[in-house]
Amino acid sequence: MRMITRRIAFYLVTAVVAITVNFFIPRLMPGNPALAVLGRVQAQESKQAIAALELQYGVATKTGLWGQYVQYWSHLLHGNLGTSLNFYPASVGGLIQAALPWTIALVGVATVISFVLGTLLGVAAAWKRGSWLDGLLPAMTFFQAAPYFFVAILAVALFATKLGWFPPNSGYDTTTLNPGFDWAFISNVIDHAVLPAVTIVLASIAGWIIGMRNMMITTMDEDYVLLAQAKGLPSRRVISYAARNALLPSVAGFSLAIGFIVSGALLTEIVFSYPGVGYLLFTAIGSDDYPLLQGIFLIITLTVLLANLAADFVYAFLDPRTRQEA
Amino acid sequence: MTRLLRSPKIVVGLCLSAVFVLLAIIGPLIAPYNPSTSTSTINGTPMPPSAAHLLGTTQVQQDVLSQLLVGGRSTILVSLVAGVAATVLAVLFGVSAGYFGGWADDLLSMLANIFLVLPALPLLIVIFGFLGKGANPNDAVIGVIIAITGWAFGARQLRAQTLSMRSRDFVDSARIIGEKNWRIMGFEILPNLTPVVATSFLFTVIYGVGTYTALSFLGVIDTSHWSWGTMLYWAQSAQAAQQVHLEWWWFLPPGLAVGLFGTGLALLNFGIDEFVNPRLRGGGVSRRVARRAGLPRRPELGLTPVLAPVLRGSEKAS
Repeated sequence: MRMITRRIAFYLVTAVVAITVNFFIPRLMPGNPALAVLGRVQAQESKQAIAALELQYGVATKTGLWGQYVQYWSHLLHGNLGTSLNFYPASVGGLIQAALPWTIALVGVATVISFVLGTLLGVAAAWKRGSWLDGLLPAMTFFQAAPYFFVAILAVALFATKLGWFPPNSGYDTTTLNPGFDWAFISNVIDHAVLPAVTIVLASIAGWIIGMRNMMITTMDEDYVLLAQAKGLPSRRVISYAARNALLPSVAGFSLAIGFIVSGALLTEIVFSYPGVGYLLFTAIGSDDYPLLQGIFLIITLTVLLANLAADFVYAFLDPRTRQEA
Repeated sequence: MTRLLRSPKIVVGLCLSAVFVLLAIIGPLIAPYNPSTSTSTINGTPMPPSAAHLLGTTQVQQDVLSQLLVGGRSTILVSLVAGVAATVLAVLFGVSAGYFGGWADDLLSMLANIFLVLPALPLLIVIFGFLGKGANPNDAVIGVIIAITGWAFGARQLRAQTLSMRSRDFVDSARIIGEKNWRIMGFEILPNLTPVVATSFLFTVIYGVGTYTALSFLGVIDTSHWSWGTMLYWAQSAQAAQQVHLEWWWFLPPGLAVGLFGTGLALLNFGIDEFVNPRLRGGGVSRRVARRAGLPRRPELGLTPVLAPVLRGSEKAS
């Protein structure tokens, strides 16, 4: 398992880099904008909060840069991400904790659907090259190139406003329902999640289709595929031989794609006013809530790194060569 | 060059991109109104397209067509700057990592891999958030900042290609003649990487359009600085897609513009991919052309036909 330990070490380094960058950005920017924010909130917030903010942004504090950095790490390791300015006195950690399950469920389900469906369509497009599936590619390219939130706006306009099939916004019917583990609530949540999920699938599927198609075409020329067909195996069997091997680069490419998909999903949430991290991020931007902004950046980064690690495990499981190396 | 132009993907892609670049150059000059001024006093309801306003108006009676034309320049300028800057970084880091190898390679590859897995958009949001919304944004600076998060993909590909070229005969002989390292990299290796550099440039321009539009849609970049993203920001904050009378003329044009510009660049990219790897072709050949060329509708296994030479033969015949 040398490959896995090496990857874990790499992700740890990446996490440290992200956390360090997060610490330095406010200190490197010209005319530290945190000062302006401090000036704005001075009137409304308690002395304690202002002292905490001053510490967080290295303003008017006697501690040196290294001391601030150590303090920042100790806060992080205790799970303290600071206090939100906009939702004062709520803690940044608590706000993100409330929003994160919505995002993870939505993005997780949509990404799995997109990956599976896209890979199958890619296999089909490679097998029947020159069929109508190839004609679909330009349209798919458009959805890939158009920003996620534009696809989301189109989906809202068509399916929610015009046809009225799905609710246009929020995660559940907030006026009539209370969150709980009953069917009325769950079905309502699913009803609200369909449109955002479809948007994410539509906007991300083209990459999987094209990647799988191109890899399949290369794999189909391999001798073992030719032999399988020469032996007279049924097509389905032959396809599965080729597809299994063509799948590996797609899984490897997953780690590159996940950052894009998460970013896109955050934007999709904003259009739907979906109660996830993306919408929280939007409110944080709108209200200059710097602690919340930075907290969200850290949590998203760590989540993406974890997703990457999971993809690496899957890859090691699928490809025995990576396991034999050690 | 003429062989490149035979691919329909490249032709369509080139035309689409050229139209948008032209738009970016002349757009602000032919815009009928100032994009920020209200053209009438009836505030509150966006007006559908009319003779005076070809694409209708926004909620405060700004002309949508003018916003589209003016905003196009900023959007395309930022994405091109991002593409150029990211490609320069990718070439510098990728080629030198592949050429030098050893610890320099380890270090540069590590750096590229870190930038690859860090989610770029949240990082950019934090950076632009602290840069302040009030400051008058400069398109070139925005482009360069976006490029910082977008160079790693190209660098990784260039590194892999350089690695395969490092010990070829022509590089060895250049080294024996006594050429300097920078000269070998720049004049011996780089010309052989042209397709990779081209695809990585196109890729980062697409990335730049999407990222810039997303950032201005989020409102982290001054919302009075017109771009296609800010147009969508205002349309979304007025809930243009949620109104009973769908205000399509407001949100459709900027989104379509972004999508079509990106599609044009992506088609160019696919065209180059197919040019380099002829096996991928087949999508670009219509069924009619394939039948005329006497190709089987369903390619046989193991015998992936390379379509270009057959096509050239059929053209000679006709």
